Amino acid sequence: MPRRERRSVVAVEWLGPYALLRVERGSLDPGVPGQFFMVEAPGRVLPRAFSLCLAPRGELAFLIEPVGAGTRALAALPPGAELAVFGPLGNGFRLDVRRPLLVGGGIGVAPLPYLSQALERPPAILGFRTTEQAAAAALLPGADVVVDPVLVTDVLPADRDVLACGPEPMLEAVRAVVPNAQLAWEAPMACGYGACYGCVVEVDGELKRLCVEGPVLCSS
Amino acid sequence: MARRLDAFVTKTVTPEPREGNAPVRIAETEHGMLNAIGLANPGRDRFLAETLPLLRTLGRPLWVSVGGVSARDYAETCALLDDVTIELNLSCPNVDEAPESAAEIVAACRAATSLPLYAKLSPATWDIAGTARAVEAAGADGLSLVNTIRGLALGPTLRPTLARAVGGYSGPALRPVALAAVYACRRATQLPIVGMGGVQTGHDALELLACGATHVALGTVLFADPDAPARVRTELADELERAGFATPDDAVGVAQAAVATVEN
Repeated sequence: MPRRERRSVVAVEWLGPYALLRVERGSLDPGVPGQFFMVEAPGRVLPRAFSLCLAPRGELAFLIEPVGAGTRALAALPPGAELAVFGPLGNGFRLDVRRPLLVGGGIGVAPLPYLSQALERPPAILGFRTTEQAAAAALLPGADVVVDPVLVTDVLPADRDVLACGPEPMLEAVRAVVPNAQLAWEAPMACGYGACYGCVVEVDGELKRLCVEGPVLCSS
Repeated sequence: MARRLDAFVTKTVTPEPREGNAPVRIAETEHGMLNAIGLANPGRDRFLAETLPLLRTLGRPLWVSVGGVSARDYAETCALLDDVTIELNLSCPNVDEAPESAAEIVAACRAATSLPLYAKLSPATWDIAGTARAVEAAGADGLSLVNTIRGLALGPTLRPTLARAVGGYSGPALRPVALAAVYACRRATQLPIVGMGGVQTGHDALELLACGATHVALGTVLFADPDAPARVRTELADELERAGFATPDDAVGVAQAAVATVEN
């Protein structure tokens, strides 16, 4: 069951341009890999949706790319700052896979560390646009890392159970190579729990709410 | 959340199912949010057969928001409802407007049902007090003030963030607009008024009461804070006590008393 609690920031750590926001876990359930939390964005009207990156003891950690007012405010929070955290929400990855391969692009690496732990450190391929961004690969020791102009699909084998997260063009390209890949999509969200009908994406000709039907979707 | 409400208002029901507009259909702004959902709903038949029975299990009074593209659409839906309060969505910015006036639609619905009818008006109405009088004369039992107002936001590449460009603007920025609408309509009518628009705190709720609202509704704040109903209720109780009001009714319309009477 998702819960909403006010929790304190433990610390913000930087990996290249990405901020790992660590908050006290309290009695929040970390959920399954691929699920997400709605996190209050200081000074903003709406919360922000972040998949759980890691679940250290007593903490929840979210990987954030500061791209706008909300994410910049979150990345600048000092230890002890309180914010509302609501989750876990959505449907995560299916873990009953025989030959998992994790694929991440840019900030799409976010749910993969937690997923990797759950699957006992399967192979992973991470792609980034810059070498600075590739600093986030430290969250997945042993992953193959490619940087623009090399793409993850340049090195992607077709015979694995792929679990992927990243920009839409990357997800489309992965699906073209691996049709039954589990793909973690993203959409602007207001509520995260199914009330606003804002986070819809078109799946098989129908509009589905990513917070309820996703964010992980697969074609099979 | 629903257990802490005095009533639950549904999403607008239309005769036919609607998928709503293509994404992206929400966007945050500095002081609010835009939505261009487009009245996505399962349609009248599925609503009656599936959604309404489910909502009854909440055990709270139900208000059904009714929409359509013609007065007949609205009236037909009203005729099919029972044991609910009806809120007529006359003013959604995200769908084509019905050709008939608000008063004509209310009149058609009044003829179709004896259930309580509340008219939800747009804050962009040119003469909202005049419209309030007209819908009252047509048989409305109350007013819901206000719906969203048309708004647009551009993204970093100077293109609209919404796929449909324009959406309904809600949230804190709407609060002064809601207060003005409630204030104007209270001067024009004694009908019950559900005040809404950017309420986030008990103090916001108190201000709507002071302008003349008899009820307060929460919308956008629920997306950020699903616990808002319980919190706002507690905060309102504290505000009333601090201001010296024994009951919420004592606060209704106090903002009106300060102004010398003038007719609009």
